[in-house]
Amino acid sequence: MAEQTKLKKNSQFREIMHRLSKNKAAMVGLILILVEILLAILAKWIVPYDWNAIDIPNAHLFPSLKHLMGTDDLGRDIFSRIIYGSRYSLSIGIFATVITTLVGTFIGAIVGYYGGTLDNIVMRILDIIQAMPPILLNICIATALGSGFQNTLIALAIGGIPGAVRLVRGSVMGIRRMEYLESADSINCGKMRTIFVHVLPNAISPSIVSATMNVANLILTAASLSFIGLGVQAPTPEWGAMLSASRNFIRNYPYMVLFPGLAIAITVLALNMLGDGLRDALDPKLKD
Amino acid sequence: MGKYILKRLLWMIPIIVGIVVLIFTILHLVPGDPAKMILGVTATPEQITALRHKLGIDLPFFVQLGRYMSGLFFHLDMGNSYVTNSNITKDILSRLPRTFALGMISMVVAFVLGILLGILAGTHQNKWQDRVCMIIALTGVSMPAFWLALMLVLLFSVKLQWLPASGMGGIQYYILPAIATSFGGIAGIARQTRSSVLEVIRADYVTTARSKGLNEREVVMKHILPNALIPIITVAGAAFAGVFGGSIIIETVFGINGIGLYKMSGITSRDYPVVQGCVVILGIIFSLCMLLVDIAYAYVDPRIKAQYEGESAKKKKEAVKA
Repeated sequence: MAEQTKLKKNSQFREIMHRLSKNKAAMVGLILILVEILLAILAKWIVPYDWNAIDIPNAHLFPSLKHLMGTDDLGRDIFSRIIYGSRYSLSIGIFATVITTLVGTFIGAIVGYYGGTLDNIVMRILDIIQAMPPILLNICIATALGSGFQNTLIALAIGGIPGAVRLVRGSVMGIRRMEYLESADSINCGKMRTIFVHVLPNAISPSIVSATMNVANLILTAASLSFIGLGVQAPTPEWGAMLSASRNFIRNYPYMVLFPGLAIAITVLALNMLGDGLRDALDPKLKD
Repeated sequence: MGKYILKRLLWMIPIIVGIVVLIFTILHLVPGDPAKMILGVTATPEQITALRHKLGIDLPFFVQLGRYMSGLFFHLDMGNSYVTNSNITKDILSRLPRTFALGMISMVVAFVLGILLGILAGTHQNKWQDRVCMIIALTGVSMPAFWLALMLVLLFSVKLQWLPASGMGGIQYYILPAIATSFGGIAGIARQTRSSVLEVIRADYVTTARSKGLNEREVVMKHILPNALIPIITVAGAAFAGVFGGSIIIETVFGINGIGLYKMSGITSRDYPVVQGCVVILGIIFSLCMLLVDIAYAYVDPRIKAQYEGESAKKKKEAVKA
């Protein structure tokens, strides 16, 4: 029995991966992301210079073979800083999304499954939270928590929870009346077991797509927060913080602004392409 | 229809009250004592106590919240700035037109260009027009708005010297900010328009419209677009969020003295009543925009219309019977 379920899951996963692998844009995105994660992990052995080594005589060097992306106002190698920065930007996006998705799925599944008054109360609260532009909520939470890597991560994670709850609730409500849940009930399966073993696996696919997109959005939002001084602070080489620090030099040393922004844009682009591909691959309407 | 709008209008009251409570509560958790911050390190404990009393921050949380709400809703008073001691409502009202103008220009640009690009892409699926539009759209959703803003400044102000880099004044000062603000919206709306055009373009009524000899423009404007519009309006709502939420960044980059820049100054100088006032105002503006979006739904989506008209028709019948 156990073996059978495993086999079935495997084949579904394989089918989705097969459909995904036929989508060129999605594969390019996936490869870019994997390369970036690899670079972030191996940063220590890749970077030519220490990311925080101040070298005033070599400040403001234009990109050359010695310094691939030039040096900043303190003579730090921008290439090394961007590679190290991927650790911060990627991990904020990924970990905040993991927290958002876990908490959002938990609340959304319970609310969607039980429905009724609980559902009504939670949804009205979410209505109010979502009546604000998300970035404003992030700004408020970040102001209250203070700046820094961890606090930014928490602020972004909290800000995304309402959306995640709504999404999971919607798909849980869609399958609540399914017969297999009735059978689970009839063999005296506990409510929590029903929700987490039988309901969730069938309601999770929209969340996967939205999580991918969410990582992209959070990287953008984290950069914005750093830019207005609420997120990760200098000298941490987070990309948004680097942009914020270099914008005063845009007239004379535009490369200082160009590269961190390109790093953000490429990462987010790759995640969006992967997300688009995943959405198509998981969409039963597009099954061939 | 009127009933739907009325219901939606009434729902605005708890939403706005909720937003104010939410923002007040979150910002109440900010660590540190404002009185100590205003007076500096040389202040005596007596001075601090006196100022705490004067600012009302020695009161319990719910009393402070009540005071703030009654000030805001009954006297339109959001308190005074910690730093300049000027009235926040007045400061915000003097800056509101700039933020609002920029936001509205950007929304119109985003809506028109986004829909045009989306239709172009959707009606030429997999041809070069589609590819070009979607590449523009995908880069648009992937770029940080402030980086785009900086790059625009670099190109048009520093290199080409066509437009001013920052400041306020005539229309030329709004061109770059409007492009930077609307680009994300254009991209989002274009992507959504394309996919909803693709969904309806193969519908039978479109084939019928073509076969009865309508030209392509009429088919698109009269049959495809109205049916594809509902999800597009949803995305347009999200674009409003981007425009007003992102105002802090664009206004900072371009030095436009609007609400965003005011909020930025509040954040930098830890002037939390200012931050609070700006977030409350932007939140209220945004929820008003969402109200418009919902009313637009009612006009576009015949199901909402039918639901309410059906109800009133039923009631009329019952009344006749009685």
